[in-house]
Amino acid sequence: MFGHKHFLGLENFPREDIQKIIDTAFEFKDVLNRPIKKVPSLQGVTIVNLFFENSTRTRISFELAQKRLSADTVNFSASTSSLKKGESFKDTAQNIEAMKIDAVVMRHPAPGSSKHLTEFIDAKVVNAGDGTHEHPTQAILDMMSIQEKFGKIKDLNIAIIGDINHSRVARSNIYGLISMGANVTVCGPANLIPENISNLGVKVNYNIDEVIEWADAVNILRIQRERMGIGLVPSNREYRRLFGVTSERINRRKKELVIMHPGPINRGVEIDSQVADSDQAIILDQVLNGVASRMSILYLLLGHKEESTNEG
Amino acid sequence: MKVNKLDSKVLLKNATIIDPLKESQSKADILLVEGKIAEIGKIQELDVIKTVDCSGLILTHGFCDLHVHFRDPGNGDKETLESGSMSALAGGFTRVCTMPNTQPTVDNPESINYIIEKSKPLPVHIHPIGSVTKGQQGVELSEMGLMHQAGAVAFSDDGLPIQNGLVMRKALEYSKMFGVPIINHAEDECLRADGLMNEGKVSTRLGLVGNPSIAESIMVFRDLKLAELTGAKLHIPHVSTAESVKYINEMKNAYDKITAEVTPHHLFYNDKHLENYNTNLKVAPPIRDSLSREALIKGIKNGTIDCIATDHAPHTVHEKETTFDLASCGLIGLESCFGVVKRILADEEGVSLIDIIKLLTISPRKIMGFDNNLLEIGKEAELVILDDEERWNFQEKNIESKSKNSPFINQDLSGRVKYTISNGQIATSS
Amino acid sequence: MNKNKKILTSSDISRKIVRIGHEIVENYSDISKIVFLGIHNRGVPIAQRLKKFIKDLTDIDVPMGSLDITFHRDDFRERLTMPEIKGTDISFNLDEKIVVLVDDVLFSGRTVRAALDEINSFGRPSIIALAVLIDRGHRELPIRADFVGKNIPTNDGEHVAVKLKESDTDEGVFLIFGDG
Repeated sequence: MFGHKHFLGLENFPREDIQKIIDTAFEFKDVLNRPIKKVPSLQGVTIVNLFFENSTRTRISFELAQKRLSADTVNFSASTSSLKKGESFKDTAQNIEAMKIDAVVMRHPAPGSSKHLTEFIDAKVVNAGDGTHEHPTQAILDMMSIQEKFGKIKDLNIAIIGDINHSRVARSNIYGLISMGANVTVCGPANLIPENISNLGVKVNYNIDEVIEWADAVNILRIQRERMGIGLVPSNREYRRLFGVTSERINRRKKELVIMHPGPINRGVEIDSQVADSDQAIILDQVLNGVASRMSILYLLLGHKEESTNEG
Repeated sequence: MKVNKLDSKVLLKNATIIDPLKESQSKADILLVEGKIAEIGKIQELDVIKTVDCSGLILTHGFCDLHVHFRDPGNGDKETLESGSMSALAGGFTRVCTMPNTQPTVDNPESINYIIEKSKPLPVHIHPIGSVTKGQQGVELSEMGLMHQAGAVAFSDDGLPIQNGLVMRKALEYSKMFGVPIINHAEDECLRADGLMNEGKVSTRLGLVGNPSIAESIMVFRDLKLAELTGAKLHIPHVSTAESVKYINEMKNAYDKITAEVTPHHLFYNDKHLENYNTNLKVAPPIRDSLSREALIKGIKNGTIDCIATDHAPHTVHEKETTFDLASCGLIGLESCFGVVKRILADEEGVSLIDIIKLLTISPRKIMGFDNNLLEIGKEAELVILDDEERWNFQEKNIESKSKNSPFINQDLSGRVKYTISNGQIATSS
Repeated sequence: MNKNKKILTSSDISRKIVRIGHEIVENYSDISKIVFLGIHNRGVPIAQRLKKFIKDLTDIDVPMGSLDITFHRDDFRERLTMPEIKGTDISFNLDEKIVVLVDDVLFSGRTVRAALDEINSFGRPSIIALAVLIDRGHRELPIRADFVGKNIPTNDGEHVAVKLKESDTDEGVFLIFGDG
């Protein structure tokens, strides 16, 4: 049983339900490896991809997942600047729902926006990233990729490296990985890691070399160019020297280290090209797993008649 | 709520009268003749036209709120002086001070006159506060002298902190000539940056940019030192952090022209209540963590905090029914104030009823220099009649304000305003 | 109270499978082209038994896979619970093969319809045939079985349950009255 109406975030999301999403995602990955990659599971279901932020990758991944499930999809891209001026967020949401749709996949720059959306519409809501809050489908695909590589998640040492403060990927990964029993360390510039992050059950280490030695897998976050030059990160070269996953650092390590990155990659800043393109990197596996994970989530939310369900 | 003109003779019968000024409590009747207190004691009903049965009810000074936003002039869709005064009456307030961050800013004597003239027929006494700087720009002092002559009771750029320490110093010095307080919204804008809620564990979890408590306390500290340096009157609005309370307490030992207020919402909530991104709890300064909340309560108990002020800040539905980052700051608080404060301070914290009444009556009046001797023969009746025992659930229908942005809707409150008598009128709660 | 009636015993079932096996061998000249696809859940052990029988009879190892038709079901809008996904396991190419689809009970035909769709995702067999242990009638789609163990006409309110030792404690075919 999958008793969730919406998929908004992984904080307090039950471990067994995360496992169910991952297990189902592997079934869909098998489907994606068939000559004909489409199943009719969501025939007649209409899903709107409501993107208030540019995100070609996530949008295409969702769109492909929907098409593979035979759902009808509509893409709606809007800039938040238009929201600021005239039509309110609520108006936009209710306008879209008035078109009789079953689910909304939303990317929005405001933390909590997907939660707000559930208050304004009856359709099911999937959070495709709400500001600096959560990006739960990314965390599912990351965990699926980890399970695929290691056969398990529990007790693994996973490091998340980069701008933790502004990262929805980091938050969702932390919630999910901790819930699945992994050990999580975050690493990055001290002014980009919230002081109280350890409350979420993670360790903080500012020394990249120690973290690389400790980890079974590292999830490297994109360092946003906007953070440069406003005093947070002095320069690309300083970031690379202090926190870059460089080939020298990887070569110093004896064991294999699994390299993950949600993309898009800043080569030569947070990760060296040789590392990103090496056999240890599962960055492209993550992309296919992303489609399978999103199929799994949409299928589990929409593939049965609705009854009284818990939110979450 | 119904508002009627007082009949020429009204008998308030069997009231438990609490006089916060004389610190007395007694059972008596009060006879009002032509809106004035004619007699207090055991009164025979002879030719009385109307009797109000006050058995089991508390009668005391009408409440005074020295910090409200009535959005008039300029934003009649949110509130007007008329609708704001109805909201005040519903909360037992007979006297309020309006902040000048209207459109245009109340930064000149003409605007002060506008508010005073427009308020004259209203049942609530409305006192305008003028802005410290022109257009609240924080650069040039506004015509504080002329505004004071026109009736401004204090000066504030509330909503916008006075960032420049020199401007703040000069304003404090200038205000000494008029003997009225400067009220500075204390938040360091650089430290606050894009902060949307209190910086802490909850903001980290929610992914909302944090507004650190030091953004407030560091400016409170600056203002306290500047007040001491200049010898001016300083009133610190909506204190929200433990450190601010500490600094105020320390400075009060050295310098006595400092007063401070706290809002009902900072007493009631802590930042965990923002977990559902409730935009009605988006407010400046933000709702802090439980430790700060406890410090505020302690500050009230030991006298560091002088009074309660609601910071009643109406906003339209569409300004709140949006995402948290875009939602406007502020919430309305007049109607729910007594029920909130009584529940937190009396029921949960054991503060006596008379001390709570002081926080809402004589303390704010004293800060603003208003008459405090209200229960006297010949005085205009400026009274509130309360049921301090009533437990009730606050509903949208209890709101008289034009705006409904209250986080207290559906909250259980303790203590309720039954009648408010002010300026020859009586409001009866429904 | 439900009253269940045992229609076939374990040895009856074995005989039916042997007969189906013979029919399949007789029917197709090129046994090497045959593959079995068992439909989850109980089509899979029946297919395994057929595979073993044909191996014993002809010494030919017929490839075998399993089908999970969950993603192709047409009842998702009605169902309240999510069916458990067992996964489709086909490790060989279906092009030009003779696919014998195996299930325990043929009823409305909707499962077989879904199975045909699922097979289509994997390639284009030259023939798809259907073997079932029980045909209980009440078809809702134009589908028939090529190989039938036993026809059991049922009335409204009657169900047929197949139990196999691979998945159940008991083995046999039962006619169930009522909603059980």
